Amino acid sequence: MNAPLPGPLADNPRLDRWVSFPMPGKVIINTGRVEIGQGVLTAMAQIAADELDVAMSRISIRSGDTELTPNEGYTAGSQSIQFGGVAMRQACADVRALFLAQAALVVGCQASELSVRDGSILRNGQSTGQDYWTLAVAVNLAVAATGAGKRKTVADLQHIGASSERLDLPDKIFGKATFIHDMHLPGMLHAHVVRQPNRGAVIDAIDEKAILRAAKGKVEFVRNGNFLAIVGADETAVDLAGATAVDHVSWQHVETPSALQAEASWLLQRPWIDRVFGAPASEPQSRERFEATYSRGYLAHASLSPSCGLAEYRDGHLTVWTHCQGVFPLRASLAKTLGLDPANITVHHVQSSGCYGHNGADDAAADAAIIAMQMPGAPIRVRWRREEEFVYEPKTPAMVVKVQALVDAAGKPVDWTQEIWSPTHNNRPGAGGALLGAVALPNPPPEPPPHDVPEENGGGATRNGVPLYDIAQKRMIHHLITEPPVRTSALRGLGAMPNIFAMECCIDELAERAGQDPVAYRLSIIADQRARAVIEKVAAMAKWNANEPGGSGHGRGIAFARYKNRAAYSAVVAELDVAEEIKLTHVWCATDAGLVVNPDGVTNQLEGGIIQSASWVLKEQVRFDNGVASFDWETYPVLSFSEVPEIDIELINTKDEVPLGVGEVTAGPTAAAIGNAVSHALGARIRDLPLTRERIMATLLKA
Amino acid sequence: MTQTSNFTVNGKPVSVALANEETPLLNVLRNELGLMGTRFGCGLEQCGCCTVLIDGRPEKCCAKPVWSVAGKSIVTIEGLGTPERPHPLQQAFIEEQAGQCGYCLAGIIISAKALLDKNPSPTRAEIAAALDDNICRCGSHNRIIRAVQKAAAQMQAGATA
Repeated sequence: MNAPLPGPLADNPRLDRWVSFPMPGKVIINTGRVEIGQGVLTAMAQIAADELDVAMSRISIRSGDTELTPNEGYTAGSQSIQFGGVAMRQACADVRALFLAQAALVVGCQASELSVRDGSILRNGQSTGQDYWTLAVAVNLAVAATGAGKRKTVADLQHIGASSERLDLPDKIFGKATFIHDMHLPGMLHAHVVRQPNRGAVIDAIDEKAILRAAKGKVEFVRNGNFLAIVGADETAVDLAGATAVDHVSWQHVETPSALQAEASWLLQRPWIDRVFGAPASEPQSRERFEATYSRGYLAHASLSPSCGLAEYRDGHLTVWTHCQGVFPLRASLAKTLGLDPANITVHHVQSSGCYGHNGADDAAADAAIIAMQMPGAPIRVRWRREEEFVYEPKTPAMVVKVQALVDAAGKPVDWTQEIWSPTHNNRPGAGGALLGAVALPNPPPEPPPHDVPEENGGGATRNGVPLYDIAQKRMIHHLITEPPVRTSALRGLGAMPNIFAMECCIDELAERAGQDPVAYRLSIIADQRARAVIEKVAAMAKWNANEPGGSGHGRGIAFARYKNRAAYSAVVAELDVAEEIKLTHVWCATDAGLVVNPDGVTNQLEGGIIQSASWVLKEQVRFDNGVASFDWETYPVLSFSEVPEIDIELINTKDEVPLGVGEVTAGPTAAAIGNAVSHALGARIRDLPLTRERIMATLLKA
Repeated sequence: MTQTSNFTVNGKPVSVALANEETPLLNVLRNELGLMGTRFGCGLEQCGCCTVLIDGRPEKCCAKPVWSVAGKSIVTIEGLGTPERPHPLQQAFIEEQAGQCGYCLAGIIISAKALLDKNPSPTRAEIAAALDDNICRCGSHNRIIRAVQKAAAQMQAGATA
């Protein structure tokens, strides 16, 4: 009896959907996971090289394509290796077993006598004259995976566990055309959409003459309901028209968020839906109670390139090129929007800049598709303007997190309540979120009902809302805010960052009340060996000194989390100086991600998570002022080269059998470690993010 | 009316005839000359994705009208090196795996080249300051700084493209 197939393989069991041998000496692998800068394609090639016993150089990869690849939903949630990679391993192991069975027939021996070396079949170490490509005609891969292929043991892995150079980086370093923005189709037209300011806004008047004058070149208007686009062959003319159109198209029923609504505290005045998880509310008792409220404002994904999409409608078939994270859910949503059979839509993934979650990618693809439907035969390229990306991309929600802890006589928590106020973290098309363009069309789709990411998928606002620490009673109360002032959706880690920030700052506050060192205090309330190991490791790396005095302007802080309480473990120490502003100088990180496919790739992801989280915590908040007022890199500054700390990372337990998702694990611990270091440096706590100069000054005045 | 602009790109003279001579140099490089390595990031001269060398100085070209570079010498990422003959910076970026999504890299490598042309052995702080006009959103900063340091050392030791 074989073990159950890994989820993505059970969903897409046909082996030829994963692996094929169409040309002598070459292997094609197909993955539903897409490259978003995290190096997943290189890791998949390493996995296939190991389980098929072929050189990496023989492998070509196709990814995220509704015609070719498995449907693995979204490339999100740090699940690509933990689930998609395990599925790829098993698919390759099954394929290898089928080839060995066929080779045994041809050679006239037992399959157990055979092995594979770089695609060639060996019998007791000697060449048989057979290889994958001579056998391929006789091996039918159009069959369901069985799980009968035995995956390699960790000790036998050659590629998995060895750092591999990223396959995609050289083209990017030599300036080759690799991104969706670089695609050029014959007869292609450029387009900009004049964005509907909000759902329900109606075009009042269009000053076409002013727009055409600004274009200084030939452009035309395409309109369907309140969806208005400017289209033309010359990108510069379309850009000029698109930029000026904002001022020359007037709208009725415009709603704009106010400055006050940008603050997390505004959420507390809104309608909400309650959900309670975990232990029943504790009875009032004599134990000492600690309570504190933390918050974070809205954040932007702020992808470096504005979103881009291409589409062509020809002979009744729509072809779309997109950098979204899920080509299959986008296809389903486009089918609904455009009234097409999904069989008549093909969606191809093409790389773009890092997205870190649900940015404008899906919407830009839908824009192109809507225009293409009105201009059959013409390939349409929509590239959003910078301001458009900042203003219209879904924001990650502001959150308020209140922690109440009851502590025992030794100062340890025995009862923990994490109370969370947040709008949804998922408005992806696959979760019912409407595409922006669709909302502007006649008969727009209805607002999706209030929802958030289900707990079985790791939760949205509730992600990491339950501490991993050994606390007798734990509960979580989620107030789902139903009417946020802007569209909200997934950003790296979803609710994990604000929840871990609140939780791990609170743990430090409890340690301080108990008169204990934060490292020792954490170790005294957690038995999980892997958690203890990363905390102890990072303390050793940073030469943690329990007796370092605080309040001097120099501070150190530690924090820990296991992402989603079921992916990788990570502990972070941050060191910084605070005068009026914070200068983050050094970050140390120890991570246990189980079996690591590409150690340098994982390190790169952890570093990226640390720097992005530091940027969120130190600098970032989307401002509103009669509309979204963070619309470029000056109004939404991010961490610069001169502000980036030195970072030391160590991976532990990398030869475990099971890989654990790692892409988002450092976001929460980094935020909390910085918060704790600032508190150590100031001798006073700031509980609201970002840690701006105003908040530092206000805290110093109060202290 | 069509206007013609003449300048040099990666050592080769080019002549571009455009209806609108306000067309940004970036659009000319990408759409007229097929040099896609220089990226559009903001169109506002803020993010540095479109950085090229103009007469040796690193400049953003997403809002720079093509008429303004008449007679000047432009170097883009394609002019630095090739996979067969990489510039020491490109070699070092690969060795240090200095990038994640890679969208910022062309502009950053150009900015780094301008720095090393002026200052062959910069400190970490000098490298960081020289790259502050370039945004990296993925968090590859430290790898990028290490790659520039490594390229500087190799160029000091005589490495060329």
